[in-house]
Amino acid sequence: MSQPDVLHQAFELGFTYTRSTGPVVGRFLTELKQRNIVGIKGSDGRVIVPPMEYDPDTAEELSEFVDVGQEGEIVSYAWVKEPREAHPFDKPFAWAMILLDGADVPMIHCVAADSEDAVSTGARVKAVWAEETIGFITDIRCFERV
Amino acid sequence: MKEIAIVGYQQSDAVSDAGACNEVELIIPVISKVYDQVGIKNAQDVDFVCSGSCDYLQGAAFAFVMGVDALGAVPPIKESHVEMDAAWALYESMLKIRMGHADSALIYGFGKSSPGELPIVLSQQLDPYYLAPQWVDTISLAAMQARLMLDKGLISEQDMAEVVSRSRRNALNNPHAQLAGDVSVQDVLAQETYVSPLRKADICPVSDGASAMVICTVEKAKEWGLPYAVISGIDHCIETHNPGMRDLTDSVSTRKAAENAGVHNGAVDVAELYAPFSHQEIILARALGLGDATSVNPSGGVLAGNLMMASGLSRIGEVFNRIVSGEAQRGVAHATSGPCLQHNLVTVIEQAKEAA
Repeated sequence: MSQPDVLHQAFELGFTYTRSTGPVVGRFLTELKQRNIVGIKGSDGRVIVPPMEYDPDTAEELSEFVDVGQEGEIVSYAWVKEPREAHPFDKPFAWAMILLDGADVPMIHCVAADSEDAVSTGARVKAVWAEETIGFITDIRCFERV
Repeated sequence: MKEIAIVGYQQSDAVSDAGACNEVELIIPVISKVYDQVGIKNAQDVDFVCSGSCDYLQGAAFAFVMGVDALGAVPPIKESHVEMDAAWALYESMLKIRMGHADSALIYGFGKSSPGELPIVLSQQLDPYYLAPQWVDTISLAAMQARLMLDKGLISEQDMAEVVSRSRRNALNNPHAQLAGDVSVQDVLAQETYVSPLRKADICPVSDGASAMVICTVEKAKEWGLPYAVISGIDHCIETHNPGMRDLTDSVSTRKAAENAGVHNGAVDVAELYAPFSHQEIILARALGLGDATSVNPSGGVLAGNLMMASGLSRIGEVFNRIVSGEAQRGVAHATSGPCLQHNLVTVIEQAKEAA
């Protein structure tokens, strides 16, 4: 009896599906691709950036988008002397809570700076865009001092 | 409603690297000891078993199922699991008993954190679109929280160093501690910052290990003839997953859970708080309304050794030990989960009425 032909099929190990990010997160990420930052109004009128789908206090579904600035103020920060492999920089940098102009809730992102002394609470920073934007939070490559 | 008692608790040493020891080998010694303590032979002798662990630590889906091997899978048992600290497995077990579906339960939690890079592994519990893709590590998030408190004058670096110093000294009396020693406030402050404003000493170590507990109805505890402590209150509350929308200088969820658990209905002799960072112990003590009369973290707390997925259960066990030994009459145990104390569980444990 002859050997049957062995069946072949290419296989990629991974999640081979894409997933919709929905009308709120999706809108934010799409705006990032266009180098624009949007927030959303919470139940109490606070502008939340990045936008949330539901208000954490009232559970109300949120939908009123607001454009916010690409500059803002550092509310708090952590200075990372020894960056980890997964981190966005291979030299010391800061993680910061940044209150963008026109926002009422700080967002967390990284801040590029040459030394710890160059970062401080209250310092003004601006978004630096990635060379190619793809609709990902990392389209904002980092923030840096104005 | 049936009163629920703790009758046994055991914890492994907190070690920085358990080496070739796998999760089952971490669990078996502690559950064997807790069986001996309670005088039972195996998991067949309790009505329900619930564990707490995290697949992300093992890097495999449904990894907790392997942990069940420690119990012996045949004959079948009533078993459940929480992808949370085992303090929440205790919560589930209490519900099971309260509903009348069980009179006794074995609870265990385990974690082998050393093979991975824990602060980065934990970044994957964050918002999957806004934070996880940035790989914001848990230490950096806590550092931003500490700076908010320092900037507002709510704490000083001295206050943080005092927490560390007390933890290390208390841990000298804890045979399971990973970090113990006669460390002064000055010693801590002399350290340079690591993830500023935090020093390495402000951060709990990465540990491997497990802990286990047996709870039952008070009637069952009497039938078994065991010394016991009563769980008089328990509650847990969670805050939003968006750290920017939380008041990180307070723990409103702990405050609320403490109220609901009845923390303030009596004196608190001892409190074991799950504070992975020194400044968080201060936030928690304030949220729980603890004063000078309360001994905080006499075991050294998790700054002396942090068994991921078991440390919350261990806080309850440490309070139980002190009540059964007569050292304390009433105590509070706290467990946390998520970044910057996002989710908090508060348990009140009291001396058995017969013993009072």
